[in-house]
Amino acid sequence: MSILHTVNKSPFERNSLESCLKFASQGASVLLMEDGVYAALAGSSAESQLKAGLGKVSIYVLGPDIKARGFHEDRLIAGIKVVDYAGFVDLAVDNDKVQAWL
Amino acid sequence: MKFAIQINEGPYQHQASDSAYFFTKNVLEKGHEVFRVFFYHDGVNNATRLTTPPQDDRHVVNRWADLAEKYELDMVVCVAAAQRRGIVDDGEAQRNRKDATNIHPRFRISGLGQLVEAAIQSDRLVVFGD
Repeated sequence: MSILHTVNKSPFERNSLESCLKFASQGASVLLMEDGVYAALAGSSAESQLKAGLGKVSIYVLGPDIKARGFHEDRLIAGIKVVDYAGFVDLAVDNDKVQAWL
Repeated sequence: MKFAIQINEGPYQHQASDSAYFFTKNVLEKGHEVFRVFFYHDGVNNATRLTTPPQDDRHVVNRWADLAEKYELDMVVCVAAAQRRGIVDDGEAQRNRKDATNIHPRFRISGLGQLVEAAIQSDRLVVFGD
């Protein structure tokens, strides 16, 4: 059974991404959205945490939320996939459950 | 596929109501079904028809209402959360002796059972909030 985890808070504000990556099982999908997209940027102190997560789960980031915060996709950590809202819907369909880490 | 959407955050607060709106819109445009949109906690504030944002800003309440109109969405507001925050329909105004109502006609007030039913009837429950 595969789960799509959504994380919508910055790793500098809450530890929801840390909890999510700890509990997500091998092969799960994690979508970073809203302020959660800050974790996807290369060069921050959260980078090592996210890179470790990439070994276990697929990590996606919501493109419109990256753009809304004034960042370009070339700032993202390698290995993170960018999706739009339609891609978010596809992820929800392709996984058996959606778990929001609010 | 059948979706249920739960929104726990009010409009113009952070981003949850906007994210939920764009997700729901894309679900519908892809041909999936939305069984119900359930507004819970501060999410009930998405249902007041008295909202008047500046003209150059998005109108979160009307945007939900327009989507509901187009796709015949069932948009339900939690009654206990609504009472606490002063979201009132005709029935609640009468029951609690209030002198006004403020709910947008595209929304309806009902109980938490509606959320449970939506979760059971749908293939996916997607939650947006703070």
